[in-house]
Amino acid sequence: MSRPEKIRCDACPVMCYIAEGKVGACDRYANQNGQIIRCDPLTILDRRIAKGDEIKPFLAANWDGHTATGDDVVPSAIGAGTTYPDYKPAPFIISRAIEGIDCVTVVTEAIFSYCGVKVKIDTDRHLGPEAAAVRAEGEVIGHIMTSEYGSQMLSLGGVDHLTGGSKAEGRKTCDALLRLCNKEAVELSIDGGSTVIVQAGQAPIVDGVREDRMRVGCGSATIGMFASQWQGLVDEVVVVDDHITGVVSEHQAGKVIDWPATGIRILGHRSTPGRYFKVAKPGQGWGGTNIEDPLTILGPWRPEKGARPGLRLLMVSTTGEHAGYYVLNDALEPQAQPMPPELQPSVELISQNCEPALCTVLFMGGAGGSLRSGVTENPVKLTNSVKAAQTTVTIGGAPVYRWPGGGITVMVDVTEVPDGAFGYVPTPALVAPLEFTMARATYEVLGGHKAQIRDLEDVLETGGEYGADVRVIGGAE
Amino acid sequence: MSANPQASLITGERLHLHHGPIDLIIGVEGPERQACFTAAAERFQTVLTELTRELPDLRRPLSPQQHFVHPVANRMAQAVRPFGNVFVTPMAAVAGAVADEVLSAMVVCQRPAKAYVNNGGDIALHLSGQTSFSIRGPAGDIALRAKDKARGVATSGWRGRSHSLGIADAVTVLARTAAQADVAATLIANAVDLPDHPGITRVPASGLNPDSDLGDRLVTAHVGPLSLCDIQRALAAGLHMADQFAKHGHIDSVVLSLQGHIQTHSAHHPIGAPAHA
Repeated sequence: MSRPEKIRCDACPVMCYIAEGKVGACDRYANQNGQIIRCDPLTILDRRIAKGDEIKPFLAANWDGHTATGDDVVPSAIGAGTTYPDYKPAPFIISRAIEGIDCVTVVTEAIFSYCGVKVKIDTDRHLGPEAAAVRAEGEVIGHIMTSEYGSQMLSLGGVDHLTGGSKAEGRKTCDALLRLCNKEAVELSIDGGSTVIVQAGQAPIVDGVREDRMRVGCGSATIGMFASQWQGLVDEVVVVDDHITGVVSEHQAGKVIDWPATGIRILGHRSTPGRYFKVAKPGQGWGGTNIEDPLTILGPWRPEKGARPGLRLLMVSTTGEHAGYYVLNDALEPQAQPMPPELQPSVELISQNCEPALCTVLFMGGAGGSLRSGVTENPVKLTNSVKAAQTTVTIGGAPVYRWPGGGITVMVDVTEVPDGAFGYVPTPALVAPLEFTMARATYEVLGGHKAQIRDLEDVLETGGEYGADVRVIGGAE
Repeated sequence: MSANPQASLITGERLHLHHGPIDLIIGVEGPERQACFTAAAERFQTVLTELTRELPDLRRPLSPQQHFVHPVANRMAQAVRPFGNVFVTPMAAVAGAVADEVLSAMVVCQRPAKAYVNNGGDIALHLSGQTSFSIRGPAGDIALRAKDKARGVATSGWRGRSHSLGIADAVTVLARTAAQADVAATLIANAVDLPDHPGITRVPASGLNPDSDLGDRLVTAHVGPLSLCDIQRALAAGLHMADQFAKHGHIDSVVLSLQGHIQTHSAHHPIGAPAHA
């Protein structure tokens, strides 16, 4: 048997040689199967650090000596270890002073059998019909929800996909949820629709095309925002949009600045003046429609309403991604012409006003009965305390939205949770860090495991029963 | 990618400095706290890098004319120099020397009533007036007062982070500096021993840590239950060395602990009544 290789750790200037299965001089890094790994039984978040900084920059560089308080250090449950089914106290129950009061943070990693993710995909493109199945590696893991303003929504996971279906379905669901929560890219295919690559905090990739921008507003809203800037430069503007296509000469925003009529005719359902529904079918073309040539949505121009040879027309999509400039010929047919330089800035302004298109992944889960008993001896008191806002719930130190109503059902933006915070158990279910923070007095009233309360510095210095280490990394603002 | 030093305040009153294997918890009492923390953080920025430059020499026993460039390395060398007759390298003083260096950077321009730098249990102190520093240990609480001479506290034992040649669970030393206390605690803990005792498992230090200054020397990996007679014999060996150190003025006081049994030795300083395990 050959002796295992020793490897050099470059985590700090000491550059320890570490043998297989051993840790370095710091007790923080170890050699596992020939790779240097970080041993992180407990992560301490520092809220002063900008999100995304993995290691806190050295104090002297950016510390004014006054703003820092103990409140900036939030213990997170990442690496705290967990017990299931939570028959013993949470691995860490930490006491620290906040504004002179004794605060208790109960830190555990929770196993969520009931959990899923809600995905918001910033795109005007049609990803698939509402309620269509969403698949990962062939297995159904969720479905398309209702469209929201400028975004398509997916609901993925949940107990029915995790444990209610076939073994393969549960495995693929758990795997996709885990990767989404850990900010990895996941390819999802929608029955009767598109294939989209979703990664939290990154632009969606729809059928292989990266979505750069989210539209500034619907076509009508775009007209409202920019009508005055087009006045005098062009005779008509059409903002092509899957939802509401806007026409400046007919739109209220044009009327108030006395924009003259042009005799344009839009082939679609007129809603109110200058606003048209259903000019085309949803698709991957202009403004989330299936239009490749925007002139197809125009009917014959009417000279009696103002159409004339030489009339200048701008057609633009809601993101400014597509734009065309046309001039009516003697037969009142629009002819494509190069975009005049004075008009170009208004097209660019639309695209500048479009925010970057992103995928947002919210982890959603409920903290159930057995988990709560790891925190207090009377679990329902914890639920009531959370509802009464006496107890704050965080996931990996990140703020959560708690659903009103029964139970402790929360959602968190996974980009605010430190990297690699989510794990899984073969149940299959996700494991997520979960912290309850409350005043010590509240905790004692709740029937908390008082004997388990430890000082923050004690945890920093000696760790818990699952190991003795901390890291300070950028926390959520 | 090598990480930079980090600093953070804990509980708003204490500073935590961390770089590689070093973790310092620093406390200051008085209005000078902010200025002291800033000074400590500034000094800490280069401490580990300086140490690593001279690490190969620091891991070897001192040669008579040896000189070091950096102040922490010099503190280490100075602390081990009086102990030329036993095997020891400057690394025995590293934790205490870092604590001393950062403490002195804090109090060079500021005069707080009380300040300390705790480097994983090896502590450098600054005390003045009526202030005192309390340490809880196996022999009960030790209150170190400003009028006492000791300004350093260190603990060594086979259960600690550094490897020990001996079997003491913990040897806590009070000395003039943390570096001196660190070396003395290491050597006294090494001396608390029962050579060739079958209940003690020893392994080469290099097997646990290839870079260890102890090389292939056998360090204690496990100590089985010992008889009362063995415990007393082992403690007596440590106590004898402590007595020698005290006579030469290297240490102030010491507490030795082995399997629930405590021995204390003090030249000048009162130590609390032994706590029974």
